[in-house]
Amino acid sequence: MFPLTSSIEFSQGAELAIALALGIGFGFALERAGFGSARKLSAVFYLYDMAVVKVMFSAVVTTMVGLFALSAMGLLDLSELYLEQTNLAAQGVGGLLFGAGFLIGGYCPGTSMAAIATGRKDGVMFALGMLAGVYAYAEFTPQLDDWYKATAIGEHTLPSLTGIGMGWWTLAFVAILLGAAWGIARLESRFKGLRPPGPRPAAPSRA
Amino acid sequence: MSTSTHWQSGVEDRAASPTAAKPFWNPYAAGVLLGLVLLATYLVTGRGLGATAGFAAVAAWLAGTFTPGHVQSSAVHLKYWNEGAPLLNWTLFLLVGALVGAALSGWQGRRFSLTIERGPRVTDGQRLALAFVGGLIAAFGAKLAKGCTSGQALTGSSILNAGSLVFLLAVFAAGFGLAYFVRKEWL
Repeated sequence: MFPLTSSIEFSQGAELAIALALGIGFGFALERAGFGSARKLSAVFYLYDMAVVKVMFSAVVTTMVGLFALSAMGLLDLSELYLEQTNLAAQGVGGLLFGAGFLIGGYCPGTSMAAIATGRKDGVMFALGMLAGVYAYAEFTPQLDDWYKATAIGEHTLPSLTGIGMGWWTLAFVAILLGAAWGIARLESRFKGLRPPGPRPAAPSRA
Repeated sequence: MSTSTHWQSGVEDRAASPTAAKPFWNPYAAGVLLGLVLLATYLVTGRGLGATAGFAAVAAWLAGTFTPGHVQSSAVHLKYWNEGAPLLNWTLFLLVGALVGAALSGWQGRRFSLTIERGPRVTDGQRLALAFVGGLIAAFGAKLAKGCTSGQALTGSSILNAGSLVFLLAVFAAGFGLAYFVRKEWL
């Protein structure tokens, strides 16, 4: 039955309408989480507010539980889901660069939309930097795409690499989430001194 | 308009004021909602979320508009060219939806504020420059790794993709490793 695209051929208009509708939910969730704020996002690296880890971890586990449950009930064919090839060098180095850009820029590509929508001028600058970056990649280093393909090692998941089924991994992730929630609460309380006390001096306060 | 204390989700007296920004949701609750959106995306499209491809589509459109010759010479621009209609890109529509959804959420929570987010020890100009530079570096990392926080960290991790989990660990390693050196920007 799922994914729907395995049995239904959507028109381009329908596909784009679906993208728009899912995007509304995506942006709504990001803004509700506080991810329109660069200070809230960057706070994760100073340990006084780890909302980024809490939100990402609980989102990943929610999706994982849903995918596993639906596939166990025979409603979802996991093999029909797109799986990006693994390229350890690309994902390692790319991840390091991305993490640096995330901390320096204060946002990531998706959260910059939430920032722009709620008036953050630095969010606009981040998005312009993103645009310049993908443009530069396409202009100057398109051959990196060929290198990626040539050195990728195929599609790999933890279940396929270890032989341990997705159900066990899902259970493990739920357990790690519960343990992490406890650990994060302790970290936040230890580093709460770094939390800014109030509105920064330059900001006008109307409250 | 809210004050710039919107990012504080803690309890404070001004939260009682009818014009003050409402606090954010509990992060675990927001995470579950985000996970349900990602799950729905998987169930409907067979692929997860993304964000960087939307930027790449705009880049291909810009190239096609101002330097048409460059589109044909770059396999990356061509990938997003979509037979001359690069703006009719799935992920770009997702991003437009995200703008709308975040605006709705921010408006309802009275969190809209025309402001620049920074720590007290950098100027607005420095922060804007750093935001641009950060975006540039993040874009390159996302292109190299074939995904960003949306496409790799969330989408890939939830299906236990090995490369996505490596990406996720690398992102946090870089962030924690650099945090001390850029502390003036944020603390």
